[in-house]
Amino acid sequence: MNTDPTPLIEMRGITKRFLGVPANRGVDFRLEPGEICALLGENGAGKTTLMNILFGYYACDEGEIRIGGERVNLSSPRAAVRRGVRMIHQHFALVPSLSVLENVAVGQEDHRLGFLDWKAARKRLLELERRFGMTLDPDAKVWTLSVGEQQKVEILKALYRECRVLIMDEPTAVLVPSEVRELFAMLRTFAAQGNGVVFISHKLHEVMDISDRIVVLRNGEVTAEKQTRDTNARELAGLMVGRDWPARKERSPRAPGRPALEIVGLSATNDKGLPAVRNLDLAVREGEVLGLAGVSGNGQRELAEVLFGVRKPTAGSVRIGGAPTRPGSPTAVIAAGAARIPEDRIATGLMMDLSIAENLILENRRSAEFRRRGLLDHGRIREHAGRLIGQFGIKAAGPSTAAKSLSGGNLQKVILARELSAGPRLIVAAQPTRGLDVGAAEFIRGRMLEECGRGAAILLISEDLDEILSVSDRVAVMYEGRVVGIRAVNEITREQIGLWMSGVVP
Amino acid sequence: MIRLRLEKRPPLPDWAKAAIPLAAVAATLLLAAAPILAAGGNLWRSYYYLFYGALGSRVNLLESCVKASPLIFTGLGVAFAFRARFWNIGAEGQLMAGAIVAGWLGIALPIPSRLLHLAVIIGAAFLAGGLWAAIPAWLKFRLRVDDVVTTLLFNYIMMHVMGALLFGPLQQPDSSWPQSPEIRATAQYPVLVARSRFHLGIPLALVAAGLVWLIHRKTVLGYESRAVGANPVAAHFGGVPTSSVLLKTAVLSGGLAAMAGVGEVCAVQHHLLMDLSPGYGYSGIVVAMLGNLHPAGVVLAALFFSAVSVGSQTMSRMTGVPSYISEVIQGLALVVMLVALLLTEYRVRVRRGAGTGGGHG
Repeated sequence: MNTDPTPLIEMRGITKRFLGVPANRGVDFRLEPGEICALLGENGAGKTTLMNILFGYYACDEGEIRIGGERVNLSSPRAAVRRGVRMIHQHFALVPSLSVLENVAVGQEDHRLGFLDWKAARKRLLELERRFGMTLDPDAKVWTLSVGEQQKVEILKALYRECRVLIMDEPTAVLVPSEVRELFAMLRTFAAQGNGVVFISHKLHEVMDISDRIVVLRNGEVTAEKQTRDTNARELAGLMVGRDWPARKERSPRAPGRPALEIVGLSATNDKGLPAVRNLDLAVREGEVLGLAGVSGNGQRELAEVLFGVRKPTAGSVRIGGAPTRPGSPTAVIAAGAARIPEDRIATGLMMDLSIAENLILENRRSAEFRRRGLLDHGRIREHAGRLIGQFGIKAAGPSTAAKSLSGGNLQKVILARELSAGPRLIVAAQPTRGLDVGAAEFIRGRMLEECGRGAAILLISEDLDEILSVSDRVAVMYEGRVVGIRAVNEITREQIGLWMSGVVP
Repeated sequence: MIRLRLEKRPPLPDWAKAAIPLAAVAATLLLAAAPILAAGGNLWRSYYYLFYGALGSRVNLLESCVKASPLIFTGLGVAFAFRARFWNIGAEGQLMAGAIVAGWLGIALPIPSRLLHLAVIIGAAFLAGGLWAAIPAWLKFRLRVDDVVTTLLFNYIMMHVMGALLFGPLQQPDSSWPQSPEIRATAQYPVLVARSRFHLGIPLALVAAGLVWLIHRKTVLGYESRAVGANPVAAHFGGVPTSSVLLKTAVLSGGLAAMAGVGEVCAVQHHLLMDLSPGYGYSGIVVAMLGNLHPAGVVLAALFFSAVSVGSQTMSRMTGVPSYISEVIQGLALVVMLVALLLTEYRVRVRRGAGTGGGHG
């Protein structure tokens, strides 16, 4: 079928910076007709940024884009669609209350005087469905469809618009295995007609299965480009995560003590009610740092929420300090002596309109220390805050300053100060340094390790592999809701971690 | 093409925050000049009589206070709820619930001691208003029913309950008018200043404002209530029992609004009747916003509103400008205050021309 010699897509020297930080550096990328090309890389490697540039969502700072040999300047996703390029995100852009046909046909340029020819549109939709082996009812309301069917509607929108390039961002994350097979068959049919597919994924076996060619990105640069038939999962895992070891944070060796956190047979669902944590076992001992790595969306968030006491598990138990904790109760977890660093400091961690002092007493607001004759004693509350502001080096005008006036690093320090001030026996930290500058990140890691030296157990959930390798005693990897591998940090290779993260379990 | 964009601005110093409501009032009076001129009024004379009518004589001043009392109560009720992000638009219904209970107990209970009778009425009416607000709060956290809609519609339910009672069991026997018999003398608020209507409800409103401040600032419940309002997710994360806090907040909010109804029945009308409130519950929302949800601000905003409303009568008599202008001023005050509050958090940037590259992101 490969009759057209010009590539469908050619991107040359693409550079994109966010606030001066490069997300893509001089990236070259091309897509041939009839080809399925996989983009592989860790979180933050720059895959999504690159595709968002191709889809017209971001403008690149440097470089040029050619579509079908013609140099283009894409100012919006609409412009990209007009050029035949469509990106299908993990979160669909469908109107749930409208039917399949309405979702597919509305927004087209083929209406006359503002009226759509529904009869013609229906005929065309059914024809497309037949060609690609789909059996969706055009009149079904989208909200009644399964996630897999909704994805098909998204693809139909692209086909209806005669797109020649489909960009699929983690398309299998939301699908069950039978739907994955159907999707792959559909993509192959699509490519075989001289079109192209860019397939973004972390799952190595899927990449090996569907793609013709693989481009690996790391830290915003292309680190390798391979024909799929010439490579294997082990090599790709190594290319994806790299081989360099970060400097270890030195700390005095210490014999791990009794288990501070024991998770047995834990299962939990995500916000959509789908299983996110599946029968997970894990234990962290006093004086130990356990790093839990994994690609985002493999149940880490839900696991953290169960441990924080804000999500009820569907099965299993959590013991802190040897005693079982009441599931779904933040108060129980706090009382058991756990410090909790949530993933999103603004949405979950702090009350931005309240003062620093008020934020710091959130968990011990009922303590006698802050009350006089039954009423809150703001003098002592401010003193307490002043002490913590000094200890944690929080840069703020004073204890009465509203939290919203602080920078990201200082917000995180407020949370850290609140959580560590009681001398916890366990710290559960979810992405504790994400988005922070190097100095603040170092401070936060250092402060947690100090607690560890005192005897606290630390469960560090992070997508930053360097962070995990630099502080952990043991490394575990989570994939599809389970711990697929766990090993002491001095007995593991990055490649092994990469394989586990990609779902390749030997 | 010129585009206006809002950008977050650094927090303002405290003096600026305090100056904003004053600036808003000044801007309101400036804007109100347009309708006054359009009605053919002389601006200086109109504003002179507006203020003279509100504050210029002993009688006018005391009358402004009488009008302020229900507004302080509904304003406090709304402010207390809004601080916890419980969008209580139902102060009017809660006011009526309080009024019904006050009227009923004021007629039915033969208690010889005025102190005891009033204490029973106030306690029961507070509870009635509180429960009437607690139902929407319960629906909100249990079934996720939108509180704006339920609290608003609950007003109409209570209005018709009141109508049914006033055409039924609570109707004055020899009358066809929807009005109850007079309440007993022991159920009437004492008048505190001779030859005026200045009654117990006015100092009570000020005490209530002080209590709201104390609860917010000095009690764990007040802290939790503000924490839930600032960020319910973070409050829950920190172990705050958000549902029970919401419920308690609603009870206090509704109870405060009910106190406005008690004052109207026990001090102003001495009857329960349909036209008890000219929309004090709704004005309370405006008062709460104008007062920046702070109890002291609510008191000042309520005084401003009642002064404008009382003064507009005099203005109308002396200049011929319709007294409806007071409602225009109240409406303008809300809009100006909302804009002013927006501008404390954001600044407006003017951008020329369409942006290049990915316009949104």
